[in-house]
Amino acid sequence: MSAVSPIAYDSKIEGNIIITKVDAAINWMRSNSLWPMPMGLACCAIELMAAGAARYDISRFGAEVMRFSPRQSDVMIVAGTVTYKMALSVKRIWDQMPEPKWCIAMGACASSGGMYRSYAVLQGIDHLIPVDVYISGCPPRPEALLDGLMKLQKKIMGEHAIADQKKALFQKV
Amino acid sequence: MSPSAAAARIAEKFPSAVTGENEFRGEKTLRLGAAAIREVCRFAKESLGFDYLIDISSVDHFGDEPRFEIVYELYSMANGAHLRLKIPVSEDACEAPTVTDIWPTANWHEREIFDMMGVRFKDHPDLRRILMWEGYPYHPLRKDFPLEGKPSDAPGLAFTEVAPLAGGPFVTVPTDGTTQVREPRARHAGEPPHAEKFIEEP
Repeated sequence: MSAVSPIAYDSKIEGNIIITKVDAAINWMRSNSLWPMPMGLACCAIELMAAGAARYDISRFGAEVMRFSPRQSDVMIVAGTVTYKMALSVKRIWDQMPEPKWCIAMGACASSGGMYRSYAVLQGIDHLIPVDVYISGCPPRPEALLDGLMKLQKKIMGEHAIADQKKALFQKV
Repeated sequence: MSPSAAAARIAEKFPSAVTGENEFRGEKTLRLGAAAIREVCRFAKESLGFDYLIDISSVDHFGDEPRFEIVYELYSMANGAHLRLKIPVSEDACEAPTVTDIWPTANWHEREIFDMMGVRFKDHPDLRRILMWEGYPYHPLRKDFPLEGKPSDAPGLAFTEVAPLAGGPFVTVPTDGTTQVREPRARHAGEPPHAEKFIEEP
């Protein structure tokens, strides 16, 4: 209102401008449109499908775009028992996903081998790829997957990717 | 034709091949020499009407000789008759004749036995592993193979590590003994329960 305002405040554009940090804005965008790579390997995949269907509706959290191409995915949901025969294929698909990428180990088998203490089963997918969120359960209920997804969103909101990568630029500014 | 009649016909036609005969709760079993299995199977299919091979399985009599036993489950759709044939396979030879040219379904059964038990099938058209990957050096269903596995590495294909069993409930002993000797819960029945180690909260 006042023409002599020191910060040149204009009430006409109030509500159309948000002042924030680049990191916060990017994190907000990333965390609210996580495209999952559904690595469904066993019964956990059924719960993953349930989480994607109408009753639990994973799209409430912006993660409904299940991509069967790793090149379009942000988060790999490893849902099920990872056998040694499958393990290197999981790793290969993980390697094909572009950065930034995250991984959710869904259920006891993907987290630790679960009840399969055997010659055929990899004892946790974290032997091969870095895991951000572990979800317990055998299999976990869809609510547990949604909780894990929200935990991952919280984790993404705390990242400082731009601030770390463009340190020199920020100092110059 | 009943299973007993079929067994009698086989014993009549191949008197030197049949080494034993057993009937338990209406299930007829014939023990044969390994060399004759192909002729017997062909005769059973073409003359006795056993048109369906239900399954082939293998048994590891660890510590005995001959160590392995191959079991053929035959079925006749027309007569509803079920006949079981067993042949011994020694550990040194570790080889049995194939029946894939008689019943094509034997192809995958024999591949599975080769993969899991290590018995080779002579003249099999495609004897590759079926469950484990090519390059895996062991045969995991043998009694002397530990449940937790052994380390292996087939570069670019797969690797294995030893699984931590931590006194878990499924650790059996490689023996041909009774349940009391073999099964962990029976073996440790009198002992105090094994306490799992928990990682403390940091």
